[in-house]
Amino acid sequence: MSVDTTPQAPATPSPAAANNMSRLAFRMRDYGIVAALVIIVIALSLSTDTFLTSGNLVNLLDQTAVLGLLATGATICIISGVFDLTASATLALSAIVGVQVGRVTDVYVGFAAAVLAGALLGFITGTVVVRSGVNSFVGTLATSLVYRGLAVMVTGGAIVYPLTQYAESFGVLTWPSLFGLTSATIMFVVVVAVLAVIVSRTTFGRRLYAVGGNAEAARLSGIRVGSIHVTAFMISGVCSALAGLILASRAGSAQSTMATGMELTAIAAAVVGGTSILGGEGAVWRAIVGALLLTLIGNGFNLLGWDTIYQQVLQGLLILFAVTMDRWLRKRTR
Amino acid sequence: MSTQKAPSIAVRGVGKSYSGVTVLHDIDLDIAPGEVHGLVGENGAGKSTLLKILGGAIKADAGTLSFDGEQVSIGSPRDAIGHGISLISQEGALVPALSVLDNVFLARWSHRGGLVSARADRKRLTGLLETTGFSVDPDVRVDTLPIGVQQQVEILRALARGARVIAMDEPTAVLAEHEKENLLALIRRLAASGTTIILVSHFLEEVLSVADRITVLRDGALIRTGPAAETSPRALVGHMVGREIDVLYPDPRPVPDGSPVVLAARGLRRGLVDGVDLEVRSGEILGIAGLVGSGRTETLRLLFGADRPTAGVVEVDGVALTSNTPRAAMAAGVAMVPESRKEQGLVMQRSVAENVALSSLSGRRSGPFVKRPAEKTAVGEISKSVDIRAANPESPIETLSGGNQQKALFAKWLLRDPKVLLIDEPTRGVDVAAKTQIHHLITGLAADGMAVVCVSSEIEELLALSHRVLVLRHGRPVGEYPRGTTPEVVVAAAFGDHSQGETS
Ligand SMILES: Nc1ncnc2c1ncn2[C@@H]1O[C@H](COP(=O)(O)OP(=O)(O)OP(=O)(O)O)[C@@H](O)[C@H]1O
Ligand SMILES: [Mg+2]
Repeated sequence: MSVDTTPQAPATPSPAAANNMSRLAFRMRDYGIVAALVIIVIALSLSTDTFLTSGNLVNLLDQTAVLGLLATGATICIISGVFDLTASATLALSAIVGVQVGRVTDVYVGFAAAVLAGALLGFITGTVVVRSGVNSFVGTLATSLVYRGLAVMVTGGAIVYPLTQYAESFGVLTWPSLFGLTSATIMFVVVVAVLAVIVSRTTFGRRLYAVGGNAEAARLSGIRVGSIHVTAFMISGVCSALAGLILASRAGSAQSTMATGMELTAIAAAVVGGTSILGGEGAVWRAIVGALLLTLIGNGFNLLGWDTIYQQVLQGLLILFAVTMDRWLRKRTR
Repeated sequence: MSTQKAPSIAVRGVGKSYSGVTVLHDIDLDIAPGEVHGLVGENGAGKSTLLKILGGAIKADAGTLSFDGEQVSIGSPRDAIGHGISLISQEGALVPALSVLDNVFLARWSHRGGLVSARADRKRLTGLLETTGFSVDPDVRVDTLPIGVQQQVEILRALARGARVIAMDEPTAVLAEHEKENLLALIRRLAASGTTIILVSHFLEEVLSVADRITVLRDGALIRTGPAAETSPRALVGHMVGREIDVLYPDPRPVPDGSPVVLAARGLRRGLVDGVDLEVRSGEILGIAGLVGSGRTETLRLLFGADRPTAGVVEVDGVALTSNTPRAAMAAGVAMVPESRKEQGLVMQRSVAENVALSSLSGRRSGPFVKRPAEKTAVGEISKSVDIRAANPESPIETLSGGNQQKALFAKWLLRDPKVLLIDEPTRGVDVAAKTQIHHLITGLAADGMAVVCVSSEIEELLALSHRVLVLRHGRPVGEYPRGTTPEVVVAAAFGDHSQGETS
């Protein structure tokens, strides 16, 4: 037992080096899920001739748009500490509003009405959750039933179409546009980029994370927790409405059963991307990575021509692979 | 109290680093059975890290642990409990929604034929309460208990698990004066009955009075282990910081005559708080003393609007607050450093910089955007002035040591440049040197005209810092004492014994 040993300086690396190393470790930790995505992309490019064709890539992004938008809305809600289970019901109801308003005015006015409806429905969902103080999972589940029910009432359970003279312009979102991508893809990319900037660069974004991470600390820091939540729901509502327009534009119609159950796929995409369901952590880009991964796995199947019998099993395994890799990289730097 | 004898512990070459930053380096330490071993060091020295390694909460990167000469591997808290080691952590580890009884026997409930037998547990708990001298209602939810009692529940749990080694990380930081005495007495009794205690604390006198030997850590290295009898607070501080320093509380500058009243409260009421009036002038530091449950923290929360008073008004600069919300108080220039950094103060998973910037976001924005360079500068400056030691301001604040988290919480509110600063336990978990730094900071702010209201369960600290001390009892002011009053007088007033005190 050494009593009174002279101090020995610990062999710490120089502060600058240590700093760089910790930054690097940080990056690895952050981008594990991206590595998983890249691995799957490489595997698909090597094993098929068709994957890396521009046609397939355009198609892939177009397929990702709907899930990507919903996952972005889900991610923003989850970051702030709430779940939005109304996403797919809001999607259907806003799309129906869009078609119906379009019938009496004009396609584009209809589109705008759909987006407004999404924002309004989000506002209502948020207000219900905040005012009632009910857990958001239960509160939005109930609200989503109301929205679906309203969709059935408005349509009488039937499919709604735009007027025939508008049918073609109603399909605008499926048209090719910049760089040969579909208009839906362009809209998706623009909206998501704007939301990513809002979440990562604005004071609202900072408050969003704080509210989700520790609502009481946020409140005592002078943040209006309730209005942050309502805003998160409104953003989610707008994302749903846009996703609804893409689906309606593709189908040339809208109906009350649109995208049923897709709110859960959206939450799954958010979580696969690496957003913590505990709140206070996550990012919009993660939603996109998650949505891409899920879409890619489906897409790969078609290209590889594998028997669809195995599809679900393999899909599940690939998701496990991706999230395990993410966790493993994070853990190593803890 | 335990059936088995405590082992002799040998730590050899233990090291730990986080993403390339060494936080513990080549620690060799022997702890004898039944010893009270003090562990001291600056904030971030690695004390909690060492305890967590012993308690199985984290794994060391290097080194070995032996018990009675036999090498053991502790990979999880479960392993540690199996070896008779219990860790009472800095943050507390109770299940809030469970009862005292369930927490004490957590995951080790007595059972009969697969069913949990509450009756057997109740009997065991009664036995434990007798040996410890605690009195706790077994059936209340632990989150309704004051923090001092919650800690007793953790100690009961350690004993219920048959712990032969109990490692306590700053157990007295959250306790009131007399509770501290009780805990120290219990530590002595446990040690006398053969339990080994490892005690981390920033209260050096306390460590000196209870420990057999004391180890000093600095920057992750073990500097010295020696008998407590052969050292002094001054010598310990010297080892902790690596040079001789004077630990002297600064005197606050006298409040200038005619200095205006900045903060006033009249007839504040809610729950415990039963009619509090107070006035604080610019440049004045008002201390609030009282026992646990006297309504100190609650009063501070009412002043800030954290809770809505059922009666009474709060005025800033003679103007009543428009509404009783933190936002309104903040708009009027009031800031509050809350009691608990984990629950009320910090967003643990966010970065140090984000936390420090959080309450003053609107001050540094262009349109909706955060002005990041301005934020970086502001956070950098304030972190320097309160001496936050973080490898990287972008790392999550939960990776900071407890004391550095406290400094960050302080920094967050100072960034708002408030007129009135309400502080609940300003130096909880802060090391000796940093504590004087914070005191200098507070007296400096007051000298520049800030009005400060400070609650602290450390009477000495409160008396050293304040111009005036207001004593609360059962939610009512029972006396007001000028600077220079002795601690005994204030404590007597807090207990409701006025024979010694003079009410002004
Ligand atoms: N999970 C983590 N990731 C990165 N760094 C960490 C982590 N946990 C602790 N550290 C760092 O390790 C160092 C030692 O921390 P530790 O909590 O052991 O200090 P301490 O001596 O207990 O200090 P205090 O008196 O403030 O409680 C600190 O610099 C801290 O920032
Ligand atoms: Mg500590």
